[in-house]
Amino acid sequence: MRYLPLTDADRQAMLAEIGVAAIEDLYKDVPADALLDAPVDLPSHKGEWEVERIIGDLAAKNLGASSVPSFIGAGNYRHHIPASADHLIQRSEFLTSYTPYQPEVSQGTLQALFEFQTQVSLITGMEVANASLYDGATACAEAAMMACRVTKRSKMILSGGLHPHYIDVTATNAKYLDLNVINAGVDPNRDEPAHLAGLVDEETACVIIQNPDLFGRVRDLSALADACHEAGALLVVIVNEIVSLGALKSPGEMGADIVAAEGQSLGNGLSFGGPHLGLLATKEKFLRQMPGRLAGETTDVDGKRGWVLTLSTREQHIRREKATSNICTNSGLCALAFSIHLALLGETGFTKLARLNNANAVLLADKLDAISGVEVINDTFFNEFTVRLSKPAEPVIETLAANRILGGVPLSRFYPKNDAVTDLCLVTATELTREEDMDALSSALSEALA
Amino acid sequence: MSGTFTGNQGLRIEEPLIFELDSPGQSAVDLPEPPAVENRLGAAERTEPIGLPGLTEPEVVRHYLRISQKNYAIDAGLYPLGSCTMKHNPRLNEKMARHAGLADLHPLQPQSTVQGALELMDFCAEWLTTLTGMPGIALSPAAGAHGELCGLMTIRAALEDRGDARERVLVPESAHGTNPASAHMCGYKVESIPADDRGRVDVAAMIDRLDDKVAAIMITNPNTCGLFENYIVRIADAVHDAGGFVYCDGANFNAIVGRVRPGDLGIDSMHLNLHKTFSTPHGGGGPGSGPVVLSEALAPFAPVPYVVRDGDGFRLVEHIGDSDNKPYGRMKGFHGQFGVFVRALSYMLSMGSDGLRQASSDAVLNANYLKSRLEDLLSVSFDGPCMHEVLFDDRFLKDTDVTTLDFAKAMIDEGFHPMTMYFPLVVHGALLMEPTETESKAALDQYADMVRSLAERAKAGEAEMFKEAPKLTPRRRLDETSAARNPVLRWADRSEGS
Repeated sequence: MRYLPLTDADRQAMLAEIGVAAIEDLYKDVPADALLDAPVDLPSHKGEWEVERIIGDLAAKNLGASSVPSFIGAGNYRHHIPASADHLIQRSEFLTSYTPYQPEVSQGTLQALFEFQTQVSLITGMEVANASLYDGATACAEAAMMACRVTKRSKMILSGGLHPHYIDVTATNAKYLDLNVINAGVDPNRDEPAHLAGLVDEETACVIIQNPDLFGRVRDLSALADACHEAGALLVVIVNEIVSLGALKSPGEMGADIVAAEGQSLGNGLSFGGPHLGLLATKEKFLRQMPGRLAGETTDVDGKRGWVLTLSTREQHIRREKATSNICTNSGLCALAFSIHLALLGETGFTKLARLNNANAVLLADKLDAISGVEVINDTFFNEFTVRLSKPAEPVIETLAANRILGGVPLSRFYPKNDAVTDLCLVTATELTREEDMDALSSALSEALA
Repeated sequence: MSGTFTGNQGLRIEEPLIFELDSPGQSAVDLPEPPAVENRLGAAERTEPIGLPGLTEPEVVRHYLRISQKNYAIDAGLYPLGSCTMKHNPRLNEKMARHAGLADLHPLQPQSTVQGALELMDFCAEWLTTLTGMPGIALSPAAGAHGELCGLMTIRAALEDRGDARERVLVPESAHGTNPASAHMCGYKVESIPADDRGRVDVAAMIDRLDDKVAAIMITNPNTCGLFENYIVRIADAVHDAGGFVYCDGANFNAIVGRVRPGDLGIDSMHLNLHKTFSTPHGGGGPGSGPVVLSEALAPFAPVPYVVRDGDGFRLVEHIGDSDNKPYGRMKGFHGQFGVFVRALSYMLSMGSDGLRQASSDAVLNANYLKSRLEDLLSVSFDGPCMHEVLFDDRFLKDTDVTTLDFAKAMIDEGFHPMTMYFPLVVHGALLMEPTETESKAALDQYADMVRSLAERAKAGEAEMFKEAPKLTPRRRLDETSAARNPVLRWADRSEGS
């Protein structure tokens, strides 16, 4: 057993030192009839190549997104990850360390988190960011509950352009608390910020809106921010394609009070939807109500600059049921991957990457819009947009998949019973989308709709 | 050792923040020029710079390599953090998770194109339910605390289904802080139960608090004192008789895998930390994965999404409306921590049922061996055999002027990560040591000899050495008070003229 260093001779010697005859003597507190006398009914141990074969066989049954023309986004994006980023996060010192509870032997992780917090603050245009949450959906839920604590109000208004999983996770988190979740309902045709501004009242804790929204539209949310603030409510802005911030005004610039985001696009692969990276940023005045870990700067006894986990009196291990959240383990390594990727890109790389994504999406939109039976419904977009097809979208996407093209996300995947979205499909382009991929999609789509 | 021109000390290199290495305009990623098209960003187009630094690849690689070298890690040495299960993280797991047929899958691909991924989730679920003897499972929670919330919400949904939501959750005082925090997030009042003088739940006190308003007890077994709750069946029976459910914090499952099935003890719901028991790396604080196994009574209330066998294939149930069961909601975007499932499955297949049973036995043996090597010099908190971790308190430091914290910092100078300190709260100045099964006898002996030597030095009056420790680390003791009083949570350009 390659992971177990003890030999049988060691075990005997150790039992003798302990003063017992057998390992069973150490399990004497377990009720006798619950103690198993043989291994459970599962296969026995295997060598590396046997494991590789079993898992390899499972992998072979899937269609890898990069092996075919692929246009799927909707909260999880296929971007190129620099080789050095994946290499660096596999350094043992990062990969196999625990949460940095002992700062003197964790300065690497703590410095990386401090840099991460700074990067997230900068791109979101906010004053402070935490050291990560699980993913965009759970970050959205945490932001909603945080807004309720800050305003001491209980009503949250959720945009219909919010990713449906974010809506569901937020509603689930609020379900057993005395919170009032207003779901504005999905409508691809309305002016969402104006609609939401009309719903805000003196009882509203927050309005939660996504930019780019579910349909890919991008908006300046400044007027909505003003409407929220006039009513004493907070504006929570959700970003689930973080690369968009290289080309869009930051949520902070638009007046957001809290930004909750999915950071997967930088440094983290698709991985069938997880693990991903929740980002949370806010204004300094709301810091005490912010959930999650924070790395802070300080000095050591010799006066040298260093970093520690700080403001832990907000957290569960100190405050128990009075904590701002139950979160403990977060997405540390995903945050590191994000931070390294963003460090590699830098200001010019990040903004150029964003422009490249947008330009490819523009090219693709123009090509698709020219097809009979396809209409791009967006006026604005970043790297994904919605098309209305002349046929129900889901069977069309299935047909494309059978022809080895991952053509997009039929919105019926999220709203199976909503007739208003049956013919809508979300299509995404990134820096990895080639012109030949676009042409393959165009011709396959023309054929499927003919 | 101080006094070098650079401030460096040999292999230990001072490294500025990435923002202080800025060379404006540089980038480590070569990108093509974007096609010349009119953008569609409308009024939301960015016009202001962001302020990110520019570096090239060699500079970025060097930066992260240098800061990485300021971290302790399980790959570098014994990491006896109690209740954290810092065991070896096999690199095979990493290789498997990076398999293109698994890593390169989009969660919203048509299900016909991801049958292998759904099968893998089902396969992982089958191992976890078999090992725990529990019929149901929710794979999606992202970490242990998230699993606790999921488990409690499942309980609440089952209670509400019978029209009886109830009001309180009982939590032993030795519980992890996440337990009461999770109960609170599920809308329950938390009632603390004391420990008895054997370090277990005070059963009489618990029964005293049981009534028809108690939704559940949250019990950790083995508990955070490193002890098996030997009255667990009595506790479960009493809670069930009162109409409540038994939640088990599975953080310490590593002691009993393959030896005890929690389902045989009357547990209704328990989270598993794949990033502890099942060897996936902690990554400096995550990502984790906290699947929740469920009894027959709770299984129908598991959240979406979940995988079902459908003829020869597999199907993902993503919507409450599409379910034949009564899911209470959704915990997470997409389908859970899939990349962590791959790693955990790689580990379970490698170990097999025989290896997993041997691992838990060795984990318990290693902890008891440490206990027996140290109990004459340190103060063991509770008598009798421990499970996979051993709890000491600070009585052995009485009158030495050395605290548990000082003792921990001296261990750092000796080249070890300290144990968990000041937790659990049921003893004074706790030192909770969990060696795990992936340490050799020689490694344990060296650790025990080191701890003994420190204990002797403390008793010999060398308090000064402890107060000054650590001396050999990149940074010495850091001022946490001022960090909290004047929080500096991001870099700001403080150079002249800005």
